[in-house]
Amino acid sequence: MSYRNRSIVYGLYNDEEVLLDAVKVANEKHLKIMDVFTPFPIHGLDPLLGLEESRLHIGGFVYGSLGTLTAFLGMTWIFVQDWPQIYGGKPHWSVPAFIPITFELTVLFAAIGMVVTFYIINGLGPGVVNPYIDPRITDDKFCIAFDVHEVNQVDAEAFLSETGAAEINAKTL
Amino acid sequence: MSSVVSKIREPLITGHKSYHDITEDLVSPTEKVPGPSWVIAFIVSVSVLAFGLFCIAWTIWHGIGTWNLNRTIGWGWDITNFVWWIGIGHAGTLISAILLLFRQKWRTGVNRAAEAMTIFAVICAALFPGIHVGRAWVVFYFFPYPNTRGPLWPNFDSPLLWDLFAISTYFTVSLLFWYTGLVPDFATVRDRAKGFRKKIYNTLSFGWTGSAKHWQRWESLSLILAGIATPLVLSVHTIVSFDFATSVIPGWHTTIFPPYFVAGAIFSGFAMVLTLMIITRKVLNLQDYITIEHIESMNKVILVTGTIVGVAYLTELFIAWYSQYPYEQFAFFNRALGPYWWSYFGMMFCNVVTPQFFWVKKFRRNVALTFFLSIIVNIGMWFERFVIIATTLARDYLPSSWSFYVPTWVEIGIFLGTMGLFFTFYLIFVRVAPVVAIAEVKSILKSSGDQYLGPNAIHHEHSGHDKVIMDPIHSDEISDEHHGHGDAPSDTPGSPADIGTEQAVKTGKDVKGETKVSNTYVPSSRKEGSEKDDLKKIEGIGPKIEEVLNNSAIMTYIDLVNTDVGRLNAILENAGSNFRQHDPSTWSAQAKLAAEGRWEELKKWQDELDGGKTKK
Repeated sequence: MSYRNRSIVYGLYNDEEVLLDAVKVANEKHLKIMDVFTPFPIHGLDPLLGLEESRLHIGGFVYGSLGTLTAFLGMTWIFVQDWPQIYGGKPHWSVPAFIPITFELTVLFAAIGMVVTFYIINGLGPGVVNPYIDPRITDDKFCIAFDVHEVNQVDAEAFLSETGAAEINAKTL
Repeated sequence: MSSVVSKIREPLITGHKSYHDITEDLVSPTEKVPGPSWVIAFIVSVSVLAFGLFCIAWTIWHGIGTWNLNRTIGWGWDITNFVWWIGIGHAGTLISAILLLFRQKWRTGVNRAAEAMTIFAVICAALFPGIHVGRAWVVFYFFPYPNTRGPLWPNFDSPLLWDLFAISTYFTVSLLFWYTGLVPDFATVRDRAKGFRKKIYNTLSFGWTGSAKHWQRWESLSLILAGIATPLVLSVHTIVSFDFATSVIPGWHTTIFPPYFVAGAIFSGFAMVLTLMIITRKVLNLQDYITIEHIESMNKVILVTGTIVGVAYLTELFIAWYSQYPYEQFAFFNRALGPYWWSYFGMMFCNVVTPQFFWVKKFRRNVALTFFLSIIVNIGMWFERFVIIATTLARDYLPSSWSFYVPTWVEIGIFLGTMGLFFTFYLIFVRVAPVVAIAEVKSILKSSGDQYLGPNAIHHEHSGHDKVIMDPIHSDEISDEHHGHGDAPSDTPGSPADIGTEQAVKTGKDVKGETKVSNTYVPSSRKEGSEKDDLKKIEGIGPKIEEVLNNSAIMTYIDLVNTDVGRLNAILENAGSNFRQHDPSTWSAQAKLAAEGRWEELKKWQDELDGGKTKK
C-alpha cells in the first residue's frame, strides 16, 4: 500500500486514545479516512477503520503444508525409490524417523513464506522508499490522513481540529 | 490503551516516560559516539575472535589431531561447547515467542536483546559441528541435494541430520522473527537520522510507514511466528538431546533427555540474558526499561528451570539404581566419583544449589547477586554438558580402552574465539539497533508505565480523552503563536519545513477574515472553564510539559494558578532529567491572566519574558 502522488490532509494527534475517539467521530460523519499512521499498533483501531482481519495466517498454513509435503514426500522418494538403504534394521519407509525433519521444514516453509508475503503485500523491502508524511509518526505522533479527492478538504480540516489534532497540514505525497 | 491491569502489578517502565522519551532513550545509544568502555570491550572481543579464527585455521590446516580427542573420547570440548551455545540460544525465542503467547508484558523490555543473543549463540554453536567433522571444506555433504556422488543422500533416519535441520530452521526463523520486530524500530531511527545514516536506516527499515494495515499484518505475523516458534524452540533442544538419547551409550540412553535438555537450555539461556542485560542496562542507562521487575521475572524462570534440571539429575540417578542395569549404574557412579568428579559436583552445585537463593524475594531483586549467580549458572551448565559428554565417554564398556581427556590449547582457543564472536556481534548490535523494542515498549506504556500503575502513579480522573470537545474554532489571537513560545524541552526532530512537497494549508477560518496561509495550523484551545485548557499558551510550557502537567491533574489555568511553584518543580523533577531545567516560577501568574481572559496583557508580558523566565 503505497500512497504515491496522493494529495492528503492530515492531522497529528498526541495521544492514541484521542485518535481512537477521532476515528469514531469520522465514522459518524462518514468521512473516509485514507489511512492512520502510528508509532505502534493500536488495539481497537482495525474494526473502526473497517480493516478486515489479516489473511496472513491462511498463507502460513498453506506454506506450512507445502513444507510438510516437501519434507515427507521428499524423504519417502529418496529412501524408498532413489536410494533404498537399511539403517539400523529400520524399514525403508520409517515414518517415525521422518517426523522431526518434517516438522522442521513445516515451520521453516511457513515462516519464510509468511515473512516474504508480509513484505510483498505491504510493499516493503530493502531499498523501498515510501513517501512519508511526518518523521514524528515513528516517534510520538498519531496521524489521520484524508485523501483530498475523497474528502472535502475544509471538512477534513474542521474535523481534525475539532477532534483535537495538535497539528494539521496538507501535502502531496 | 486503557486495558485493565491489576493494581498489584508492578510498573515495567519507570521514570514517567512519554512516548518521545522512550524514542529518545532507546535510539540515542545508536546515535552517540561509542564510549571508551565500548571501545575497549570491542577491541578485546575482536582480539579474542581473531585468536579463535587462528585456532580454527590451525585445526583445518593440521587436522583434527590437534585436538586431544582419542578413540574412546570422540566428543570433547567441541560438542560440549556446541550444546552449551545452543542452550544459550534458547532464551531469546522463548522470551519473544512463548511469552508473547502468554501475553507477558515484561517480555518487551528484554526480547530484542535476547533474540539477538539467540542468533549470535546459534552462530557460535553451528561453528562446532562444522569444524569437528575434520574436513570442513566438504561440510556441505551434510545437506541433501541431488549430487554426482551416486546420488548419495544423507541419512534422514539419523538424529545428527535432524539436528542439522533443527538448527538451520531455528536460526532462520529466529532471524526472521527478530528482523521483523526490528523494522519499525529501524524506521524510528531512520526518521531521526540525517545524511548517510538516513540512507542506511532507510534500507534497513524497508520503507516502513506505520500504516494501520501494516501494523495489523505485523501483529498477525508476530503472533503466528510466535505460535510456530514455540514448538520449534522446544523441538531444537529435544533433537539435540536425541543425538545422545538415541545412542546405546550408558548415561545417554535415557528417555528423560528431551525435557531435561529443554529445561537446561532455558535455564542457561536466561542466565546469559541476565548477564548481558545487567551490563547493558547499566552501560546504556536503561534501568527505566529493564527494571528490577524484569530481573525478578527472569530469576523466577531461572528458579523453576534450575529446579527442573535438579529433579532431572536426581531422576537419572534413581533410574540408574532402579533399572538394576550395571553399566548404567556404573556410568553414574563414574560421573560422581570417577576422575571427573569435580565437574559433576560443579554441575550439581552451580545448577541445583545456587538457584535456590531465588526463593527469597530479596535475592531475586538483588542485581549484584543476580549477576554473580547468572555467571555461576552458565559455568554450571557448561559443566553439565561436559559431564554428559566427556565424562561418560571416558569410561566405556572395555576397561582396556578407558581414557582421559584434557583439551589442547587449540580447543580452548576455539571456545574463547566463539566467546569473542558472540561479544563482537553483540557489541555491534548495541551500536546499530535499539536494544529494547521501541514500538513494543510504547504499546505497553499506558498499561505498565509507572505514571499509570503502581505506587507512583498519578491519578487523573478526568483525562479529557473520553469527551471530544466539539466547540468550533473560535477566535483566539494567540493560537498562532504556539511555536513562538512553545518551549518544548525535547523538540521533535524534523520541522515541517523539512518535508518535501508540502503544500500550505488554507485555513480559511482565521479570525481576521483574511485567507491565511501557514505551514502549521494549530487548532483552537478549549474555552476557559471547560475541562481542559491549552496550557501551552503559558510561556515556558510546551506540549511535553503540558502532558506532564495534565498527568498530574493540572488541566486548566485555574489548576495551574492553584499549584505552587514547589509542587511544579517536584512534578518536573519527577518527569525526568529533560524537564529539570525548566523554571515554573512565572507560570501561575501567567495562568492567572489566562484564566481571567486578559490575553493582551499576557501577550505583552510574554514578550518580555525569556522562555518563561524573568529576564535577569
